[in-house]
Amino acid sequence: MATLTAVNVSDERVVARGRVRKLLGRPEIGAIVGAVAIFAFFAIIAPVFTHADAVATILYGSSTIGIMAVGVSLLMIGGEFDLSAGVGVISSSLTASLFAWYFSTNIWVGVGLALVFSLGVGFINGWILIKTKLPSFIVTLASFLMLTGLNLAVTRLVSGGVSSQDVSQLAGFKLAQTIFAAQIPIFGTPVYITVFIWIGLVAVASLILLRTRVGNWIFASGGDENAARAVGVPVVKTKIGLFMGVGFCAWIAGMHNLFAFNVVQSGEGVGNEFLYIIAAVIGGCLLTGGYGSAIGGAIGALIFGMANKGIVYAQWNPDWFKFFLGLMLLLATIINLIVKRRAEQK
Amino acid sequence: MTEIQANQPVTDSTEAITGGPHLIALRDVGKHYGNVIALSDVTMDVDSGRVTCVLGDNGAGKSTLIKIIAGLHKHDAGTFSIMGQDRHLTSPREALDSGIAAVYQDLAVVSLMPIWRNFFLGSELRGKFGLLDVKKMKEVTKKELLEMGIDLRDVEQPIGTLSGGERQCVAIARAVYFGAKALILDEPTAALGVKQSGVVLKYILRARDRGLGVIFITHNPHHAFPVGDRFLLLRRGKSIGYFEKDDITLPELTAMMAGGAELEELAHELEEVGGQGARIQEIRAAEVEAPIVH
Repeated sequence: MATLTAVNVSDERVVARGRVRKLLGRPEIGAIVGAVAIFAFFAIIAPVFTHADAVATILYGSSTIGIMAVGVSLLMIGGEFDLSAGVGVISSSLTASLFAWYFSTNIWVGVGLALVFSLGVGFINGWILIKTKLPSFIVTLASFLMLTGLNLAVTRLVSGGVSSQDVSQLAGFKLAQTIFAAQIPIFGTPVYITVFIWIGLVAVASLILLRTRVGNWIFASGGDENAARAVGVPVVKTKIGLFMGVGFCAWIAGMHNLFAFNVVQSGEGVGNEFLYIIAAVIGGCLLTGGYGSAIGGAIGALIFGMANKGIVYAQWNPDWFKFFLGLMLLLATIINLIVKRRAEQK
Repeated sequence: MTEIQANQPVTDSTEAITGGPHLIALRDVGKHYGNVIALSDVTMDVDSGRVTCVLGDNGAGKSTLIKIIAGLHKHDAGTFSIMGQDRHLTSPREALDSGIAAVYQDLAVVSLMPIWRNFFLGSELRGKFGLLDVKKMKEVTKKELLEMGIDLRDVEQPIGTLSGGERQCVAIARAVYFGAKALILDEPTAALGVKQSGVVLKYILRARDRGLGVIFITHNPHHAFPVGDRFLLLRRGKSIGYFEKDDITLPELTAMMAGGAELEELAHELEEVGGQGARIQEIRAAEVEAPIVH
């Protein structure tokens, strides 16, 4: 048996792997390289891109995607998808606004109900997944369709149109608007509160993922469900919890959506679920689960925001945006793949 | 082959030779799924610092047996006692709490996760504010693995970068560290090459020397014989023999495993279709007469 003296001192062979290698082994490294490249690109061709106002706009656009990308990234690390996340945001806004408007209650009753509703949708998604053992693609595709239909049908039943009624006259509206849709001046430039909520969520999610027991369970549930179960990880609770986490993020995004515009378009949200998944994937989350980071998902959302607004600032035709988005997704995943393979080589 | 009788327990009592109760004692344990009898009349003991080998071909009932001991299935005949107490385990968690840990060949670890996270998976150490005590966990992982003879450069690397044998050993070290008294190893050498198998066998002995009762499931008598103290042979859900090491030799074990009578039948069948059936019988006879060192 080897001597025990080598245990506590840092092993001299570890240095051989090198700090650079170790850095390259981080899941979000590909996204960071991509983000820097895209920032530099637009900063050069569109000088207005780096102005404070533009930065605030870019950050705001990124945050509306990024808040959802936090929940979706964690869910993907846990090995599942949620295709209902996009319409889930609108469902949450509609629940709050339609209920509070129809019964003329304080808006906070609606806000609270929306939270229960969004967590409930997450719980049901997770519960059906666990009970039926169907892939999450199918389960959440079904809930995506059902929520899309519910959004349209219930809105028409309650308000008689395709959008909810204005709720700005209801009691409690001012406070709710301050919390979910305030603009906070930073060095004279107003920045939407969602940017700070987003940063806060990323910090909390990273802490959970890397420094708590639950984080370990998330990685294990996504990496190898059976192995995790065999050593006593509560896989069922973890997965249901992750779906509810997406529900929580959908509630925050939904409340911002409601209090920023006062009315909610019932047909919105469709297709956004892919933006969240794209942000998570660009950020280095593996589609197959077990690998990724919350910060990666945030950088993915930032890349999305930069490209989205950058095209406008560069005065290109926005028709090109989807093309660039697809190209970026492809490049980012290839970079991730190469970097990951490099890093894993001993 | 003399004095070998099927279904003959080494001792009839549930007391170990040392006087205390056996760590695990099975008496005439049986299990059926619907009208299919998966296991019947199995008797075996597991004691601290000893290795009990369970041998049998595919479908012999090995998995059913370990599932009963590991708490995945309940037995429906006979008695299953842990430290002399009659038990009906209802979950793997309950088995773990009773000190029985199972290490499965294909689901031992999560390969994308760092070694230290794998080591503590499901039983994480927590420090201030309920957060993980990462420093301590890394230290313990490195120290425990070193004690099992695995010297790692970096416990942060994904466990998937280790060899198959090393991964099994991490799983074994983990079970030992978390206070397992009995360790079930399900075919730990089945998917491994000769050298890697040797590594795992070495760790089985290390675990035994640390005072664990080991249940080693295998279909390879050449792996079982050098490390085992007791041997339970299963075929078609029935015990066809239970021996102390002194009462059996490797060739006898091999012959029983290969299924003496069945092998002769196979020889006849091969003759009929023009094969060299006689060769099989010659080889078998030679093995029993003059043990070959493998």
